[in-house]
Amino acid sequence: MYDREKIKLLRSRKEAWQNKIEAKMERSPERKKVFKTDSDIIVERLYTPAEIADNSYEEDLGLPGEYPFTRGVQPTMYRGRHWTMRQYAGFGSAEETNKRFKYLLEQGQTGLSIAFDLPTQIGYDSDHTLARGEVGKVGVAIDSLQDMEVLFDGIPLDKVSTSMTINSPAAVILAMYVAMAQKQGVSPEKLNGTIQNDILKEYVARGTYIFPPQPSMRLITDIFAYCAQNVPNWNTISISGYHIREAGSTAVQEIAFTLADGIAYVEAAIKAGLDVDNFAPRLSFFFNAHLNFFEEVAKFRAARRIWARVMKERFGARDPRSLMLRFHTQTAGCTLTAQQPDNNVVRVAFQALSAVLGGTQSLHTNSRDEALALPSEQSVLIALRTQQIIGYEIGVTDTVDPLGGSYYIEALTDCVEKDVMDYINKIDEMGGAVAAIEKGFMQREIQQSAYTYQRQIETEERIVVGVNKFLSDTEMPKDLLRVNPAVADRQVESLKRIQAERDQRQVADVLQRLRLVAQTDENIMPSVIEAVKAYATLGEICGILREVYGEYQQQVML
Amino acid sequence: MKKDKRIRVLIAKAGLDGHDRGAKVIAQALRDAGMEVIYTGLRQTPEQIVEAAIQEDVQVVGLSSLSGAHMHLFPPVAQLLREQGASDIMVIGGGVIPAEDIPYLKETGISEVFTPGTSTEDIVRYIRERA
Repeated sequence: MYDREKIKLLRSRKEAWQNKIEAKMERSPERKKVFKTDSDIIVERLYTPAEIADNSYEEDLGLPGEYPFTRGVQPTMYRGRHWTMRQYAGFGSAEETNKRFKYLLEQGQTGLSIAFDLPTQIGYDSDHTLARGEVGKVGVAIDSLQDMEVLFDGIPLDKVSTSMTINSPAAVILAMYVAMAQKQGVSPEKLNGTIQNDILKEYVARGTYIFPPQPSMRLITDIFAYCAQNVPNWNTISISGYHIREAGSTAVQEIAFTLADGIAYVEAAIKAGLDVDNFAPRLSFFFNAHLNFFEEVAKFRAARRIWARVMKERFGARDPRSLMLRFHTQTAGCTLTAQQPDNNVVRVAFQALSAVLGGTQSLHTNSRDEALALPSEQSVLIALRTQQIIGYEIGVTDTVDPLGGSYYIEALTDCVEKDVMDYINKIDEMGGAVAAIEKGFMQREIQQSAYTYQRQIETEERIVVGVNKFLSDTEMPKDLLRVNPAVADRQVESLKRIQAERDQRQVADVLQRLRLVAQTDENIMPSVIEAVKAYATLGEICGILREVYGEYQQQVML
Repeated sequence: MKKDKRIRVLIAKAGLDGHDRGAKVIAQALRDAGMEVIYTGLRQTPEQIVEAAIQEDVQVVGLSSLSGAHMHLFPPVAQLLREQGASDIMVIGGGVIPAEDIPYLKETGISEVFTPGTSTEDIVRYIRERA
């Protein structure tokens, strides 16, 4: 990209410049001896063309919407259309959550994102013993199709796209969504949305697993196949790094472990007989937007480039859409503080900006009360306005990949890519992501990074404003959201009613059919859809699958 | 020569919550501080936690919950320990726990609740001063 002779001259000039600075260092020290990113990448004092002299614009950057997609997956990016403003929401009952959805849509969000409670995510009905104290607490309680119908009351499924953070029971919730849409008169081909459906990261960083890896992969690839035929505009998986990062990983580990998981899913689908270009266009990803601004931007760009190369060179995908890493981003919840919560508005703004400059397709911004409770209405409004201000007021959306070409950003993108590939190669040597997880490799890496991060805070190597520096006595916010404790009882009553009023014979039949199908190679989705239509509950359906597949036993690794 | 007895601590994830970063960081910090730590892993019921605590002969039980189920899950641990004659085991908790819930938890026998922003040093010191 640059003239070799000029680079040589520049290098020696820079060296002289560095030497002058070093000579005065004792008198004018820098704030730290070494500056590093979260991933331990050394940050130089200055970046010049010399640092990226070996790059090829054509091969490494290219043009937006063209391989290797470093600069973006669409040619016009936000000049054409803003990212989807999609706030993760859900708590209590389907009615309460429906209200919050409508509020957010009224306030200008452009896509829905559902948070389910833990019993739902782990395949238990609200009346299960293990659901005690958990119903409706971290998301909405969904026990049957009826709850989904209430959740989407007055929301047109052919006009809104919905992302659902559901993993082990993804087939059930997707079935409910499809069944409910049919009732609304919307055919499956018109449905737009995403299910997270990413079991591997559950084992590593999130914990809402139910079944062991093999049957879990079967459920996932069944969904790929079913949607390719019937729900073609649906993102069948959101291969996630967000939670891996929240669990304490570095930026490099976040991308490395996520893409390794992605490779495992592609391999599983191919092994199940699917053609790569048949399902790959509908894979999507989910990343974290953390604090080190430029590392985050570089990270997103590196991820796109790596995935494009993996899909093309490793899997021979030919459809350009198979090579595109499309992603949703959420700002880093783990960086938000209980102390001086208004500071979090500022953190989130910068994190959101890094995601936009990194080319995200969809974005959730956390609320200032993140460390204290689920978002209050006032807090979530500020979070949404943050996105709107970025999108409409500050001009960053007027050109594609504005930071492209920055010597620092390109050097950092290269560094992240190299370090990520080192990890991916290591995981390959172990036998792939599933093997790496069984060996505890990802878990140990994450834990080590988490511990290092905490040590850095406690030694003040890492400053957290309001926590270990610049403390001040602030009042606790008074309007924190509290989940109505009556939700659990109401859900249980509702369940009893449904179970009394439905056609018991039909339910028994569909559950028996499901049990049989689960034990064969037949795609499980049609029988799950039949089951939810008969108002078999989520717990009943997952109960059958638990009996057939068994439950995953977590190996405690500490 | 008197044998130096190390403080034994059980760190437990109560309920369905899968956020274990804090629990693991604290477990490791307590180990670095010379304590013997048993980490239970996820999805522990109060009964399972108490059984493990007594079996492992710990002096301290640390409970972690970020899913809002602490009011239902923490008090039974303290109660069951009392019922089984193990009220000398100190119970502490942490996670996402609203300040207004803490007095109730303390009434039911939770010695202290450590909320976001707490340093591991503070927890080490708290345990050393009381175990």
